[in-house]
Amino acid sequence: MNITELTVHELQEKLKNKELTISEITKAYVDRINEKEKDVQAFVTTLTEEATKQSEEIEEKINSGEIKGEFAGIPIGIKDNMCTKGVKTTCSSKMLENFIAPYDATAVKKINEENIINLGKLNMDEFAMGGSTEHSYFHKTYNPWNLNKVPGGSSGGSAAAVAANMVPWALGSDTGGSIRQPASFCGVVGLKPTYGLVSRYGLVAFASSLDQIGPITKDVRDSAMLLNIITGHDEMDTTSANIEKKDYTKALKKDVKGMKIGVPKEFYGEGVQPEVEEKIKAALEEYKKLGAEIVEISLDVAEYSLATYYIIACAEASSNLGRFDGVRYTHRAKDYNGLWDLYKKSRSEAFGDEVKRRIILGTYVLSSGYYDAYYKKAQQVRTLVMNKFNEAFGKCDVIITPTSPTTAFDIGGKLNDPLSMYKADICTVSVNITGLPGISVPCGVDNDGMPIGMQIIGNRFEEEKILNAAYAYEQVEKFRENHKPTFKK
Amino acid sequence: MSREDYEAVIGLEVHAELSTKTKIFCSCANEFGGEPNTNICPVCTAMPGALPVLNEKVVEYAVKAGLATNCSISKDSKNDRKNYFYPDTPKAYQISQYDKPLCENGHVEIETSDGNKKVIRIERIHIEDDAGKLNHDDFGGESLVDLNRAGVPLIETVSKPDMRSAEEAEQYLRKLKSIFEYIEVSDCKMQEGSLRADVNVSVRKKGDPLGTRTEMKNMNSFRSIVRAINYEIERQIDLIEDGRTGRARKLKVG
Ligand SMILES: [Zn+2]
Repeated sequence: MNITELTVHELQEKLKNKELTISEITKAYVDRINEKEKDVQAFVTTLTEEATKQSEEIEEKINSGEIKGEFAGIPIGIKDNMCTKGVKTTCSSKMLENFIAPYDATAVKKINEENIINLGKLNMDEFAMGGSTEHSYFHKTYNPWNLNKVPGGSSGGSAAAVAANMVPWALGSDTGGSIRQPASFCGVVGLKPTYGLVSRYGLVAFASSLDQIGPITKDVRDSAMLLNIITGHDEMDTTSANIEKKDYTKALKKDVKGMKIGVPKEFYGEGVQPEVEEKIKAALEEYKKLGAEIVEISLDVAEYSLATYYIIACAEASSNLGRFDGVRYTHRAKDYNGLWDLYKKSRSEAFGDEVKRRIILGTYVLSSGYYDAYYKKAQQVRTLVMNKFNEAFGKCDVIITPTSPTTAFDIGGKLNDPLSMYKADICTVSVNITGLPGISVPCGVDNDGMPIGMQIIGNRFEEEKILNAAYAYEQVEKFRENHKPTFKK
Repeated sequence: MSREDYEAVIGLEVHAELSTKTKIFCSCANEFGGEPNTNICPVCTAMPGALPVLNEKVVEYAVKAGLATNCSISKDSKNDRKNYFYPDTPKAYQISQYDKPLCENGHVEIETSDGNKKVIRIERIHIEDDAGKLNHDDFGGESLVDLNRAGVPLIETVSKPDMRSAEEAEQYLRKLKSIFEYIEVSDCKMQEGSLRADVNVSVRKKGDPLGTRTEMKNMNSFRSIVRAINYEIERQIDLIEDGRTGRARKLKVG
């Protein structure tokens, strides 16, 4: 048995049947990290020693009956923009290179309450700005399916670690596609929940009206289980929805009888890699066999989503990143002449180019005289996009598009062309602008063997429908049985 | 021209710290003093990832203040960020209210020593968070930041420029103080800074449009406000008499 290839629900089964122990599981993952991390470099901080110790403690407590819990002793990896008490939270930035949060993010707290073991903090684009994890201050992360390619981003470390079996599952965050796109590039499942379903308390803010934490997992069942753990109303986040807690695994049915699947023509055709379109069209045929009805819909405002997204995201970022000023827990320049020089030098030294680019853009669109032309207008377009999606959900239950127009691109391929990097977000950003839930599930591979992702979008708080659709497809596609990352160079 | 041909136009922005039990966006105690940086948490120190949760009592107290000063209370109100860099503001923005304040269009009546009554209009009352304090003394050229006060709830009451003398300004401020004390929304201890005023003064020839104004910030005693206004009126009249108009200037006191 290869322990690290198992999903979390498979691990649970083996624990229950006493075929495996908690410390065996942790040891298998520690060994796997020691073997693969040098090639993949998914982590900013590994906690292998701490995890080993913790696994022994938890095992003891379980044996003595002190604790129970269906997830006790299961390992996890956490994106490095969620605060973890006592462990560095860097956001992959020089700015927070030595920052140790004095508190746990709510999602992390919920993980800890289940006695889940944190194997480490995962690499990302600096402050979650980027789609390739090349914008990490520390190092790049490499795609386990082809080490010359990017894992996507910004949760590239999370997706690559899951794909490389270095963690059984991980938490990511998604502001414009940062969970779904890397999941797509790495052949794993990534879910961005409805805005407000998961508390953002302790998630270092990039764009507050767009950010959501979500699961990155090997399969859809694990996704539903991790979602069960991290959801729930939080008094520390006023945007956290006060709705009844659900068991999302109940939605995992093998058929989609009567489900109407909307296919927006604007998300296909020009700019989409032919194999990506082919595979998703083939998936739609499978859905018909599973009992779904395919409905053609139009989302003609989607083309404005990208510009709208970048204006809103950068505006919010420029304000949110103001606190990284060299005064308290951040990097501080060595030599400075007075307060303004301290600010200028500390921020110039410690922010990377992409972060600076977005702060400058954001400050510009918020400045007086330009506010109405850009930020206010973007908010108006946002309403139009929401209306259009509302209209669409009058005609269908879920919407299916590619997660990304292409499979993973080469490392360095888009680094000097920010605009083409931004364009890669075209399929995912509308979901953040509208606050809707979206999941990316593997949907075959392209001619080079690189994974393709299919995005299923649902209406607000209708995670069950997209999980159902994703699960039903996964059962016939059998991606994990047919395809495995090769770590080729 | 004689000095009687001029009149002063005065408006006040009055900041009152609310006497709620806890701070405006976190559950830290709302207390004055204490050892530096002892009454703080991830929210009021703006740790990465921390989020504000509005204290309902702050809204309640601000609405009380609005009702007691004849304001209309907005059913639809929101907070806005005012972005700026300064070490006493750990978030790098103040959470205030810009275009939708809680209370608008109020007034209070004042009485001057000659027995005349006058209505002073109130433009708005909005809620916001207070900043921390910087200590500049005795640290070898460095300044130290104390965030105990960061996140203390404030209401800012903005008057119309309806006052014409230092005495009227003083009476207006006394009136606000007694109202806020009476309805128990603020202890209004000026020496502790829980009531402080920014004073805007301009001078014009009677009947002329408004002149150039100066703003004196953070005044926290009646005596200093009266002296500052009288001094400023004289200074501006002198400038106009000299053929120069008053240059806008900002003074930070205290
Ligand atoms: Zn606090």
